[in-house]
Order: sequence, then structure tokens, then C-alpha cells
Amino acid sequence: MATMAEKILSEHAGREVKAGQFVVADVDLAYAQDGTGPLAVAQLKALGRRGLANPEKTVFFLDHASPSPRKELSNDHATLRSFAEETGAVLSEVGEGVSHQRAAESMVKPWDLVVGADSHTCTLGALGAFATGMGSTDVAVAMAMGKAWFRVPESLMFNLHGRFPEGVYSKDLILRIIGDIGAAGATYKAMEFTGPGVRSLGMPDRLTVSNMSVEAGGKTGIFPGDAVTKEYLREQGREEDYREIKPGDDAVYEREYDYDLGELEPMVAFPHTVDNVYGITHKKCRDVAINQVFIGTCTNGRIEDLRVAAKILRDRKCHPGTRLIVTPSSKKVYLQALEEGLIGVFIRAGGVVTSPGCGPCVGIHQGVLGDGERCLSTQNRNFKGRMGNPEGFIYLASPATAAATAIEGRLADPREYV
Amino acid sequence: MSVSMSMSMGLKGRAWKFGDSISTDLIAPGRYFHLRSNLKELAKHVLEDARPEFASEVREGDIIAAGENFGLGSSREHAPRIIKLAGVSVVLAKSFARIFYRNCVNIGLPVVICDTDKIREGDEIEVFLEEGVVKNHTQGTEIRFTPLPGVMTRILQDGGLVAHIKKNGGFKLA
Ligand code: SF4
Repeated sequence: MATMAEKILSEHAGREVKAGQFVVADVDLAYAQDGTGPLAVAQLKALGRRGLANPEKTVFFLDHASPSPRKELSNDHATLRSFAEETGAVLSEVGEGVSHQRAAESMVKPWDLVVGADSHTCTLGALGAFATGMGSTDVAVAMAMGKAWFRVPESLMFNLHGRFPEGVYSKDLILRIIGDIGAAGATYKAMEFTGPGVRSLGMPDRLTVSNMSVEAGGKTGIFPGDAVTKEYLREQGREEDYREIKPGDDAVYEREYDYDLGELEPMVAFPHTVDNVYGITHKKCRDVAINQVFIGTCTNGRIEDLRVAAKILRDRKCHPGTRLIVTPSSKKVYLQALEEGLIGVFIRAGGVVTSPGCGPCVGIHQGVLGDGERCLSTQNRNFKGRMGNPEGFIYLASPATAAATAIEGRLADPREYV
Repeated sequence: MSVSMSMSMGLKGRAWKFGDSISTDLIAPGRYFHLRSNLKELAKHVLEDARPEFASEVREGDIIAAGENFGLGSSREHAPRIIKLAGVSVVLAKSFARIFYRNCVNIGLPVVICDTDKIREGDEIEVFLEEGVVKNHTQGTEIRFTPLPGVMTRILQDGGLVAHIKKNGGFKLA
């Protein structure tokens, strides 16, 4: 019997494979974004093959510089548009949303093998897929040939028990895990999340956890395909895509960890590494003034995240010293938030709502920090320079912690608001 | 660039020391995102946020000797590309982040996992990839390492993944 990673790679390699083996496997979906796509296109041209293996399973997302703030990036967008036009590849236009969110909403199903030229492709593991980030060249080859090579990874098991207390979310769980095992704690490994506690995690919660598996160095972060997965696919009108997946009874895990969700508290990652994590009640979190709060990204820009933040911010105002930026992760999320009146809540609280996409996450445009400024973000990375200025400081937390912090103007415990 | 590389020759150069957790944001900062289709320009900023003098002082053949988890973060292949473009012949580190490691091989930049603690800034280093030896000519010492897995060695020898596929008509793992 096998781990979920071994099962999926075996199916796509057409033979039984085990951790440590090298395989060539068929890929179900290959994608790139506007930062990695142009180089993938150049490599596809260098390969000199005609056409793509599966044009309808090849996607370019214009999400990082969206809308484009400079002519160089507009030209990159034009390159991707015309390449998609020529080859029949799918183009996800400016304003449609972040690649991983869009892929979760309509493209990926359990047992899929997904490669993306973006490190957070691992997000899709939440759907019971093996999804991993690679560079432009690997993904270009996968687009051309429909295949990629893999070393089958060893897996780490994360056994979850219980349920989250009020005010604690899956972001806190994954920050806690990364704090415990370190930013290289899962390097090369597949992280697999199982146990009775998994059932209480909805698909949005799972997407957040899988998204950040790469911040522990993981190759992917896989959840079982279960009733939650089935329900998520049903809501999208594609229940027929459902297939159960779970670890084999005697699957071999390199290491097992146990987490009781009921014992967790809100967590904050301090600059400049994701594993620099403290509980919100730690004295380090006292009186940390925050200049900017950013709610969004492939980690926490989903409708459920906006609901949590809006519930806290409703009829309240942001602290005068703190600006709030909200970026829905996709057009679908944006429209839903409009319908539910959440956008109005953010704006009335003093916030700015930007077009769907990556927003300020990677420092290309919008929300760039000033020298010495501190930002609390719901994103996944707080590396020096990440938000466009190496003199800025980035803290990571859940949307609830972000909303509470926007109100108080300093790191705040969301449990006082929920 | 699909020049095949002879693995038996030593790669010789001066060592540049870096610490742990050098992220792709430090190597290829996001604020130069618009230069990604202009790698020559982007290379002028390589490692700028880790060591601002690096880009202007690095010489052809120089070697990076880093600590743990080199290249963590984004999948941007531009990061290893501009390291290579700047003239670096090989990157040594105690450990690498997975995507970065794979990207280096795919673009034909040799990577070596070894104990870099004793290497000092400016040491004259020679790396023999096939034998798995790093010679420190300044200190008169040797560090041994396990050569890359077969598939990666082949991709590297062929000059990167695109050249590998063109040469073999597909993946050649065995
Ligand atoms: S939202 Fe941030 S982390 Fe996610 S894909 Fe965009 S830039 Fe990357």
C-alpha cells in the first residue's frame, strides 16, 4: 500500500512506484503565470516542437501584474496573449484572479498530477491532487510533451485531531506547523494531512494549508479526497470529477506528527522568515504597531476569508495610523463579496479594495511598503523585499487577526472580536 | 545555450560566502519583476538584497558557497539564470530548496550539496563534479560530496533540460 503521493504518481507513471524512484509521468494540467510564462514560452520555442500536448490543459494566468503597471509587463502580457492565440492554450485574463484559486475553482480534481511555474502550485493538493511548483523550463517541457520527470518523494504525515476554537483558523495551524518543523522541515517531502480532524476542515481551510506547504520546503501538501472534496466539486457543478483518495493502510511515512486543533491559538510569523512564529499572546506580539494590513492572495483571499474579516470590520473603522488593502483572489470571489455586501464593509471601514489577482503580495505594484514600515498580511511569505522594499517588515497571520489588527493599529488578538 | 559540459574538468574560481536562507527574493528581487524578459538587465541586480556589491564585483568563474536552504521561495527560474549570467560557475550550499535546485540543473548551472562551513570568502576553489570533490587551493583542503543523481547529471551534461530533450527526443532517465 502506498502514500497518497505514491498512489497518484504510480497512476500517472503507469506502474507501481515508491519513494526514491525516478519516474516520467503524464501531467493533467500545466500552467504558468505572467512572471514565469514569458520564459516558458521562450523555452517552448527553443524546444522547437510544434504545438502543445494538451492545449486545453495548458493555461497562462495574467495575475501578478494585473492590471499591468509598466510597459515591459504589458509587453509580457502581449507575448502570452499571442502565444495562447497561436497554440490554443487557455488564457486567464487580467482581473480573473490568481492562478491557484482559479485552478481550484474549475480545473483540478482528485488524483490529478499538476505542474505549475509558480511555487504555490502545491495549493491544489487540497483537492487530493499531486500538485507541485517547478521552473519555467520544466513546465514548458510538460506543456510540450504532456509529461514531466519526478523523483517520488518520501511523505510526512500530519495527523489532525479535534476542531478549531473560535477565532483560530487553518492559517494558524499551518503557521504553527512551519514554526515547529522549520522552513526546511519538509524539503523535498510530500506533506500529507489526515486524521479525524481533517473532516472539520472545509476546502478553503485545506487550500490555505496546502498553499503553505512549500514554506516548509514541501514538494506538495496533499489532503484526502473525501466528502468535503465531493461537496466542493458539487458546488462547482462538477461532482462527476470526484474520486476518493486516501493513504493506504500500511503506507510508509518518514515521520508522523500529531496536532490537536483545539489547542491552537492565533499565530503570527515575524519578519523575515515564515518559521519565525509566535502565538498572539506571546509578549513579542505586544505593541507592534502596523502601518498596513493586507487581506488577499492565494493563501487567504477567498470568500470565506473575506467573510471572516468583514464580520470583524462591520460598523468599525480602521485605526487612523493603519491602512487596509483587500484583494479578492478571483473574479468569482469578488462578485460574491459584492453580492454579500462585504466590499462595502471594507470601504466604509476605510479600506481600499483592488482588482482580483496577486495584489501587493509580490511587490510589483500597489501597496509597496515604505522604509521601516510594518505590514500584516494574510499572504504566505514575509521574506525581506517581498513586498517591493527590502526596508519593509512583513508579518503573516489569518484574515481574522488581520482585521482585528487593522482596527487596533497594532498586532491584535481576533478572539476578542469573534 | 546548449554547450555540453565536460564534467571531468574542474570548475575553478574565487569563493563568495553567503549565509542561510538566501531566498529567490534576495537573488532576483520582485521589484525588478519588469526586467524578467531582459535577463541582462536583471542580472545587474543579482543578489542585490543579500550583498549589494556582488553584481558589480563578481568575476567569470566565481563560486558561491552558501549555508542552508539556498534558493528558497518562488519558482522564478530567473534567479538561477541571472546567477549563471553573472558568471558564477557553480553554487555550493549545505542544502538547497527543491525548486531552485531543479531549476539550476535545467538551465545548466552546476549545484553541489556539501559542507561549506570551512570555506572562506575569497578562497580559491576548484570543483570536480564527477569525482565529487571540492578542492580548496587556498587552504590546501578537500571536501567530498555525493554527485548528483544520474538523471540530473545527464541533464546537466547535455547542457540543460531543453538540450537534453532535443538530444534524446524525450526524457532519458536511465
Ligand atoms: S498571491 Fe502571492 S503567493 Fe500567491 S501566486 Fe500571487 S504572488 Fe504568488
